[in-house]
Parts: sequence; C-alpha cells; structure tokens
Amino acid sequence: MRVFLHVWRQSSANTAGGLVDYEATDVSPDMSFLEMLDVVNQRLIVAGQDPIAFDHDCREGICGSCGMMINGAAHGPMKLTTACQLHMRSFEDGDEIWIEPWRAKAFPVIKDLVVDRSAFDRIIQAGGFISAPTGSAQDGNAIPIAKLDADDAMDAAACIGCGACVAACPNASASLFTAAKITHLGNLPQGQPERMKRALAMVQQMDLETFGGCTLFGECQEACPKGISIDTIARMNRDYLLAAITERKEKAVGGTG
Amino acid sequence: MTIKLNSRIPAGPLAEKWDKHRFEMKLVNPANKRKYHVIVVGSGLAGASAAASLSELGYRVSCFCFQDSPRRAHSIAAQGGINAAKNYQNDGDSEWRLFYDTVKGGDFRSREANVYRLAQVSVNIIDQCVAQGVPFAREYGGLLANRSFGGAQVSRTFYARGQTGQQLLLGAYQALEKEIARGGVTMYSRHEMLDLVIVDGKARGIVTRDLVTGTIEAHAADSVVLGTGGYGNVFYLSTNAQGCNVTATYRAYKKGAAFANPCFTQIHPTCIPVAGEHQSKLTLMSESLRNDGRVWVPKKTEDCGKKPGEVAEADRDYYLERKYPSFGNLSPRDIASRAAKEVCDAGRGVGPGGRGVYLDFADAINRLGEHTIRERYGNLFEMYERITDENPYKQPMRIYPAVHYTMGGLWVDYNLMSSIPGLHVIGEANFSDHGANRLGASALMQGLADGYFVLPATIGDYLANAKPDALTVEHPAFREAIDAVNARTAKLLAIGGSRTADSIHKELGHILWEKCGMARNAAGLKEALAAIPKLREEFWTNVRIPGTGGELNQSLEKAGRVADFLEFAELMCTDALQREESCGAHFRQEYQTPDGEAVRNDEDFAYVSAWEYAGEGKAPILNKEPLAFENVHLSTRSYK
Repeated sequence: MRVFLHVWRQSSANTAGGLVDYEATDVSPDMSFLEMLDVVNQRLIVAGQDPIAFDHDCREGICGSCGMMINGAAHGPMKLTTACQLHMRSFEDGDEIWIEPWRAKAFPVIKDLVVDRSAFDRIIQAGGFISAPTGSAQDGNAIPIAKLDADDAMDAAACIGCGACVAACPNASASLFTAAKITHLGNLPQGQPERMKRALAMVQQMDLETFGGCTLFGECQEACPKGISIDTIARMNRDYLLAAITERKEKAVGGTG
Repeated sequence: MTIKLNSRIPAGPLAEKWDKHRFEMKLVNPANKRKYHVIVVGSGLAGASAAASLSELGYRVSCFCFQDSPRRAHSIAAQGGINAAKNYQNDGDSEWRLFYDTVKGGDFRSREANVYRLAQVSVNIIDQCVAQGVPFAREYGGLLANRSFGGAQVSRTFYARGQTGQQLLLGAYQALEKEIARGGVTMYSRHEMLDLVIVDGKARGIVTRDLVTGTIEAHAADSVVLGTGGYGNVFYLSTNAQGCNVTATYRAYKKGAAFANPCFTQIHPTCIPVAGEHQSKLTLMSESLRNDGRVWVPKKTEDCGKKPGEVAEADRDYYLERKYPSFGNLSPRDIASRAAKEVCDAGRGVGPGGRGVYLDFADAINRLGEHTIRERYGNLFEMYERITDENPYKQPMRIYPAVHYTMGGLWVDYNLMSSIPGLHVIGEANFSDHGANRLGASALMQGLADGYFVLPATIGDYLANAKPDALTVEHPAFREAIDAVNARTAKLLAIGGSRTADSIHKELGHILWEKCGMARNAAGLKEALAAIPKLREEFWTNVRIPGTGGELNQSLEKAGRVADFLEFAELMCTDALQREESCGAHFRQEYQTPDGEAVRNDEDFAYVSAWEYAGEGKAPILNKEPLAFENVHLSTRSYK
C-alpha cells in the first residue's frame, strides 16, 4: 500500500516549524507505524536529507518513549495502543496521514516529533515515591494486601509516562499522569505515611510546570494507551483536599538524646 | 599478557563467604562518603538501584542515560517475573536450591560463590520492592503469589501481571528520583557515554555526548560504574530496545577491561516470528506462558500448511513434552530454542517461511476457563493480537526463538570490579552469574541484587583504599579523551557514502544469526570472521550520516553504535571459535550426542574466557579464569 504523510518538521526548539509532505510507498499492512517511518527515513538518509526525528525505544508499548499525534489523535486511531504498536493495517491504501509532536507548553519541542517531557520526572521527584531506603525493609509478606487493593494499585501503576494524556487534553493538564502515581501508591499500606504530603507536593509541582488545570473533559482517558481511568483524578482531588485541610507543620528534629 | 585475573573469591564455606567478606571489607566513614563522587552509567534495574542506594549511603552520584528519562531503560520491557528463594509455597525451595538451579541452568560455566550470593540476597530484593510499593500479584488472603519458570521445579517467581520489569524499574526509578530531589544524585538524561577515562591506571571518569546539543563533555569521579545492559542488538533483530548497544562496555574493553564469554548469547524460545523485511525488532512473549501453553508442531510436513484446528490431536507432536518429560514445556531456554529450530529445520515449522511453532492454550482454557487465562496473561495476549492480528484465545500463538539476553559481559571479580581498578560493572553488562545460559526471571534478580545489595557494599572497599583527591577534568587524560571522541565523530560525518548505518547493521545481524546464532560450527565462524572485517570496511568507506555533530542527530548516534558492533562481532565469533564444546546457549554442532544433545567438555573448557584488547588490528589475547566447583557435582545437564 501507499500513504501520503504530512509531517511536522522543526529543526530546533527556537526555530519555526511546518508540515512537510512525504510519500511512503511499498508499505506492508504488517508494518508498525514506526517501521513505516523507518522506511521513509532510510530513503531520506540515502538522499542526503535530514531524517524525521522521533523518540522510540522498546517498540513493544511499554517504555513510553514514542508518542506523536497521528491524524489529531494521540498515538493514532487505535484504542489502548502506543504509536509503536499501531500497525499499518489500521490504514487504507492511499490514506493521508498528519503526524505532529505532542503540543503542550510544558513539553517544548526539541526537534521534529521529539519533545522534552522532563516535567514528568520533576513531578515524580516532588513525591511520587515511597521512602524506603535500601536495606530497611521487613519481610514481603509481613503486611497482607487485599488482592483488590493490589489490583487497583497495579491498574494505576501501568502508566508508561508517555504524555498522551497531556497531548490529548484541551488544557494540556498532567492530571491523569499525576493521579495515576498518587493512586498507585495511595492504594498500598506502604504508601500511607507519605500520602498527604505526596498529594500536596505532586499537585503543586504539576502547576509549577505550567500544565493546565483539569476540567474533566475526559480526553486523557480516551487517549491513554494503558487504559488509566479518570477515576484516579477523583482520588487525587480527594487526597489533595484532605491534605490541604489537614496539613500539619513539620517538626524540627533535634537533640541527640 | 597484562591483565591479571584475580576473582577475589573469599575463602571459607560457600554459605558463609558473603557475610564473612562483608565483615572483612573496609568501610568508608559516614562523614567521609560525601567526599567521594561515583559515576553510574545506565539507569535500568542495576543502574537506577545502584545510583539510588549509593546516594542513600551518602556518596555523591552522577547518573547518565541515553533515554529522555531514566524510567525508560530497557529493563522496563521484562515481562514474566523475578525469582527469589522465599519458599513461600512450601514446595521445597531454598537458597541452596536456587543456587543449584542457576549453576546447573548455566551449564556449569558460572562462579559458584557469585551465584550463591545472588540466591542469598534474592529474598531481600522482594522485601525491598514490596516496601517501595511494587504491586506484586497477590492471593486473596493478601499474601504474595508465585508462578513457575523454566529450569525449576519449584514455584519461586514473583510477578506483577506481565509487566514485572516495568514495576520493578519504576520502584528503582522512584527511589532514584527521590535521591535526585534530595540532591544526592545529579541526573544526566539524553547523554551517551562515548569513552572511559583512565588516570594512573584507574577508572576516573567518562566522556559523554549530550544528545540534544551534541556537546562532548568530560566528567571526573572517584569510581565509575557501568550498568549499560547487554549487546543483543549486535544481531540487529532482537527483543532488545532499539537503543541498546555495546558502546560503553566495548569502549571500556578498549581501555583495558577484560571482556568475558562474549559468545554466550541467549536465544529466547518464545518470540513472535519475523513478519517481513521491514522488521525492526522482535517481540518477546513471556516464558511464563509456558506454564499453561503447550508447544507443538504437526507430525507430518504435509499438515504444516493447514489451519492448526484442522490438525488432528493424534497428528500433533508436543515435542518438548515428548523429549523432556520431567520438565516438558518448562525446559530451559537454550534447550527449548534448539528444539524449535530442529523441528523447523526438519520442515515441520508453521507460518510464513516455516519458521514458527505453536504455543497452544486450548487445554488450559478448557481446564481453567478463559477468565483465568486472561487474568494471568491478558496483556500478553493483547500484545500478540495487536502485532499479528490473530486472536490467541481462539487459535494457538505462533512463536519462534529470538535473541534476547547476553550472558557474556565485562569480566568482574567477586566485588563486581572489572580488570580496571575503580571500574565496576553491574547487571547484564557484566558476565558473572548466569554462566552459559540464564534461567527465566533471573535477570531482574541479578540486576537488583547487584544494584541494591552487592555494589553498595563492595564499592566502599575500593573507595576506602582510594583516598579522595583533587582530580578534575582539567587533567590531560580528559582532554585527550575528548579530542579522540571529537575526531571519531568528525570522521564518521565525513564519510559521505551511499548506505545507511541501518542497512549495514542489518547485514551484520544476518551474518551473526546464520553463523554465530543458535548453532555454530568452526567453518561457519571462520566465514563470519572473514566477512565482518569486509563489512566494517564497507561501513567506514560507504556509510552516509546526514546532519552535523552539534545537534540532535539520531543517524549519528546509530552509526556510532553500529561502528562498535562491527568490531565487537569479531570478538564474539573469535570466542565462539575457541570454545570447542557445547555448553548452554553455545551449541557447537561438532560437539553433540547422536540424538542432538550438547556435549560439554569440562576437562578443557571449565573456564571463563576473558579477552584482552591488544591494540588496533591485533588479535585479542585470551586470558582464562579457571572455574572450580567445590559444592556441586559437574553433571551432564538433563531435563528428561
């Protein structure tokens, strides 16, 4: 099959970009979307032109590197599927395809389809962890965890941090990403001691990173390749509210006893 | 020979070595730890857990990864699980049994002392991960669930659906981010290590390229730790992520670190078969599927073109159950892979090109119901369907072996230090624990054992003896290394030929898969050794890399990695040629029994081959570390 591409090209963060047309020929329906781009890029390189830059690594839908708007949808038309797992059998011979980077103020473009998602790392730094220094753990079976709680935690922990939720949101909000981590850790007994502090700090960092607010459009849930539920956002809001009204001052630790 | 291999295995009974050694090693005073700077390259299970743990101890750490975030390291793709000798199932497991299974699974080509230590700390890993919030699968009573994996007759594998690697990595990543926030770790994402810097015979820093700006920078430290993963991508097609490469370990090799057992490369039996020429990677279907799936091919070649449902039960050959009745579908990876190759070579393979076998869940679905199978493997079944457009609940999966893991790696002593003082190597990047074949669910265990528990204890012994000094990147050794990296980049960009690095890489992969893959022989390896230098020549005269060095340039990154693969491939074949025996994943066709089983030669080859770089254009030097087995009997591995 043959498809016609309109790809966002931008040589660096500070230069203007625009859509450039390419034709992809000899496309097999069994190719992944990224393999189709590989074929285009190989041709560009041989012709001495700059190939299309895009992030990708595992190509099995788990590392979260790849991400692009395909015909206006984050990761393309197939539900619960990352761009690397999208196959060309989802398209018809002769289709036109528009490919653009994630669009969000907090995700500045680095080059072509590559964006800077380091804001996500900083949200995790703010509190997306359980402080359990190596060596201090008790036996893994010491605290039983109800299967349903572990399952709910796992559902939220499946987030791959790709940024599709931000790209799909009209407000460019990172609420689904942040809420997924708050829900994962908040569902586990080990996550309780830092639960309130975590909610306050992560939400605050999310705002600092210039992500927009959540107005419950629900686009994030539709775009998420891992099916993270918008219910997590309700949980985040509940934890945040509770934390805000019950916040306690940290005590100075002192004295050698 | 300039390298002296001293494995530094502590004396004393096996089970007491680690405790005794930990007591005997020097400690760094807590107040002095912040005076030491440690560089950790790689942020996978080994790198991230090491960087976080070293920072918690008080060392100043810099951590580097080429991905845009440390959370994306390839450990994330591990599916099935992590082993630990907890014996929660009361089925007879113990540290001793995990140790024995691992040594036997590795076909008696690993170090007893290292493997025993791995089994000992395996239990601490599970505790640590649970404390961090890793959502392991649980039973209704709230306790941890287990499943079985190949090469073991106990149920000791802990898992988080089919995403165990992801969840363990996120645990280590979150610990790392916690330490970054605290100021203990400085993180350098989108940075690739391009050289190791040696000062006065010790590893004292690295040279990196900032992949966004192209800036070449030097970083000085008191010790360097490589957790840079395996080299499976030398085969072009593998289950590894696209970015996985040998560059960091190969550059260290060229600076004097011995490279051990490079020919020990694992071919995983259950991957989705190649679909066409455009294929950029192969996708693994977790070994855990073999708990419930039955592997078969038609008995008669004329049935191979039929739909699987049309082949009568009596006409199916469940060849693993037939050949290895006691382990059946859970035979170790090397054995299951070779058996698949054998039936396909005999013309009984299924699917495109006859390179595939069935993995059938019909019996398990009848017995347990579709719901249970969906709960156990749902995400894997979905992934399979997305890639192949076939529904594995209704028809058997088609699978075929693919390159997955590399047991070989930089040689390290018991302290995980390479033959260069101050250079430590952890996780898949070292060679130490898996011998000639790794058992399933043991890679995650080893990566985390090294990073959380072993290295943080052993690095102190090195640092306590290496007093902090005022070395900075102003030292001429750093200038020299930067100049060398710049010169190489300029050389690559100047070639201006007509082929892409990818096309040459693909050709290299084809040579290795045919001549140094699941089965090897002397004639084929010699052909490969003749072909590789020609291909390398083709690369250096005819590759084309657009763009410049001063920008994000993915073609340049790729070409640099392919250039190293083209040299490393020769070392791999050289190693395979000298090892005139069949052991584990290394199957030399000259050395087999009449019914096709491997013939190991303990008399002549019970050693680690540790290769030493001898200079440009010179043959590498073979150093041998003899392997002593004092606690296990060197038996012929049998899974029958």
